Amino acid sequence: MRDLFLAVLQRDLRLAARRRVEALLPLVFFMVAISLFPLGVGPEMQTLRQIAPGVVWVCALLATMLSVNQLYAADFADGSLEQLLLAPQPAVVVALAKSVAHWLVNGGPLIVAAPLVGLLFDLSVPALGSLVITLALGTPVLSLLGGLGAALTLGLRSGGMLLFLIVLPLAVPVLIFGAGAVAVVEAGQSPTGHYSLLGALLIATALGAPLATAAALRISTE
Amino acid sequence: MTSRLRLYTFAAPSRFYSLAGWLVPMFWVLAIGLSAVGLYIGLLVAPSDATQGDSYRIIFIHVPAAWMSMLLYLVMAFWAAIGWAFNARMASIMARAIAPTGAMFTFLALWTGALWGKPTWGTWWVWDARLTSELILLFLYLGYIALVEAIDDPRRADQAGALLALVGAINVPVIYFSVSWWNTLHQGASVSVTSSPKMASIMLTAMLIMSLACWAYAFAVVFTRARAMVLERERHTAWVAELANGGKVVAA
Repeated sequence: MRDLFLAVLQRDLRLAARRRVEALLPLVFFMVAISLFPLGVGPEMQTLRQIAPGVVWVCALLATMLSVNQLYAADFADGSLEQLLLAPQPAVVVALAKSVAHWLVNGGPLIVAAPLVGLLFDLSVPALGSLVITLALGTPVLSLLGGLGAALTLGLRSGGMLLFLIVLPLAVPVLIFGAGAVAVVEAGQSPTGHYSLLGALLIATALGAPLATAAALRISTE
Repeated sequence: MTSRLRLYTFAAPSRFYSLAGWLVPMFWVLAIGLSAVGLYIGLLVAPSDATQGDSYRIIFIHVPAAWMSMLLYLVMAFWAAIGWAFNARMASIMARAIAPTGAMFTFLALWTGALWGKPTWGTWWVWDARLTSELILLFLYLGYIALVEAIDDPRRADQAGALLALVGAINVPVIYFSVSWWNTLHQGASVSVTSSPKMASIMLTAMLIMSLACWAYAFAVVFTRARAMVLERERHTAWVAELANGGKVVAA
């Protein structure tokens, strides 16, 4: 099972590396979307500092949802997904490997870029650190949930919008605690409660989402 | 063949169609009757509240709607799971029929809650745990409806919807326990199965009668919708063709 996991993971990473520009599009979207908010809301620094955690988190959510749409689409179109599902190992391995690859390609750059955009919003250094930690805990959850959404909406016409509508209710807790932790640090209080809840969400999602995604893959490819 | 009633007798769409056909009028009678009694007691007989005056009376719609929204989600997830596990299309049809009514009750709960919140809390909305999780419930219903409508193949749609409904079912306990897990503006539970109610008994009576009225209404509407879905899905069968040509339904 570890072999299949590593094989699928390496395949996805290699494919992403061959199309670097495409792989970095979500990151560009993330930064552009975040930059729109000061333009729309106005340059008043106090306001920007207050909305910064929410804005960064919502844009991370949107960037993840946009990029996860194509997670299984290419493999589904050329038939390699069916071949992967014919393997003797459970589909959970494929689902987990795909989600991990998605997080490494999409979530990783977001986590690295977050402090830079945090500076645009004049966040304090502890708040920037908190932003990185919450994104590091939260983006894997978004990738896992996005994988589930992608598997459910595989091959559908209305794919992208529908995926967002399905995954959004499930991603709201991560959004609340992620943005909440940074806001709490900005206010000078302890974020450990929020971190614990984010960690719990990560564990629960890591245990449950690949199973659900595997079931969804079987349903969608039948 | 002796017609014995079995657990799965009404898993046959034609039999469900006939059964629902004569149950629906009874549910409407119950719904209208119970809501007339409940609203009479709640609006005219029950006294005004000590702190809230008469604005509390929206509780007779708000609480039953909220209870129904949570109950209907669990029932929908249950039938969707049965449909998935046993490949029973009638169960999946039932789940699909429940979803719009559940969404309506969720919206009603949120809206009546906002109408109640304005005079009492001073605000239409607050992002506390209960209101937020009820809003998430509305999005879950809408997501379920969107997903099953988007997939053309009925079997794949049923199964995908079942998976989504089951994944979202975790939200219902969160809504229910949110007032005890978090410091929320929404009040805690006044009614419990394990302790005496914290509200006047006549108000409680009216609220429970309205809850039963909403339940009867939900049955009436869901069964009507399910009958329509059965006709649509089974349109290629002989019994539906006979029905369309004016004959009576012949359950096999």
